[in-house]
Amino acid sequence: METPRERWVGADAGPIVRPYAVTRGRTRPRGLDVDLVTLLVATGRTPGERVWLSREQRRLLELCRRPSTPADLASDTDLPLRVVQILLADLHQYGLVEEVHQAEPAGRSTGRPDPKILMRVLDELRRL
Amino acid sequence: MNSAAYDPTAPAEDLPAHTLKILVAGGFGVGKTTLVGAVSEIRPLRTEEVLTDASVGVDDLGGVERKTTTTVAMDFGRLTFSGGVRLYLFGTPGQERFWFMWDQIAYGAVGAIVLVDTRRLPTSFASIDFFENRGIPFVVAANVFDGARRYTTEDIADALDLDPDVPVVLCDVRHYDSAKNVLIRLVEHALQSATA
Repeated sequence: METPRERWVGADAGPIVRPYAVTRGRTRPRGLDVDLVTLLVATGRTPGERVWLSREQRRLLELCRRPSTPADLASDTDLPLRVVQILLADLHQYGLVEEVHQAEPAGRSTGRPDPKILMRVLDELRRL
Repeated sequence: MNSAAYDPTAPAEDLPAHTLKILVAGGFGVGKTTLVGAVSEIRPLRTEEVLTDASVGVDDLGGVERKTTTTVAMDFGRLTFSGGVRLYLFGTPGQERFWFMWDQIAYGAVGAIVLVDTRRLPTSFASIDFFENRGIPFVVAANVFDGARRYTTEDIADALDLDPDVPVVLCDVRHYDSAKNVLIRLVEHALQSATA
């Protein structure tokens, strides 16, 4: 007999569509390849008349009303991270989301965080 | 769609303004999930990656047979500090076939924590090489398991043939203070590397 534990219901049953179906087969973003922790925010522009947004893209756009990162968005929507990055690149191309410029930008050549921000993090960690 | 504009009612202090990331590397069962969970709220995160026999990148799955995707579950934690500063922790699978993920996570990262089990030190050589080769600041954190022989940090540094400036920390990642101390040592080390 089937016990409740063995039944996969809702999210536990896994996605109904194969993961890359929502990107229409694309496994790489076109244009912007956003980092896992890049902050993106909705620009507030309305999509152009010829732009069609999928349900997933509309959801991501809605969540980007607050600055969000691909990692947070993937976790919030339960979509695979790579899929989220591809959909966000589309939204960026349509002018619907933009990068939030950080106060202490990382070194241009190294990509490493600025020492000033590291110092702040260190203070915060020590205070925890 | 309604105007999905920036929400001006949210208090500015709470809005994320600056993000940083730390990579937590280590073999299976070494305690990555425990470490991330000890210091931060742990959240589900998965990705689907394309696996190919060839090392050539795949841009499109359309009409391509025998290309499959595999689910990779990552440990994902987030610490929120004042002023909108957020620190993200990513623990990634240790198997070498997932190393392409590490490059993505390591880019621009504060640095990495290489979590090791002193009973299985040779399994961490490869990940240490990975960070050394890329010039990414890292600390080695030896998770002290019950029943494992105690080693000194010097023993571990010797056994792993570490550069003298690489910090080695003994820790018990089940405990908040111990796990937090590992993070502090890494940020200190990253700061030293950045200003050196």
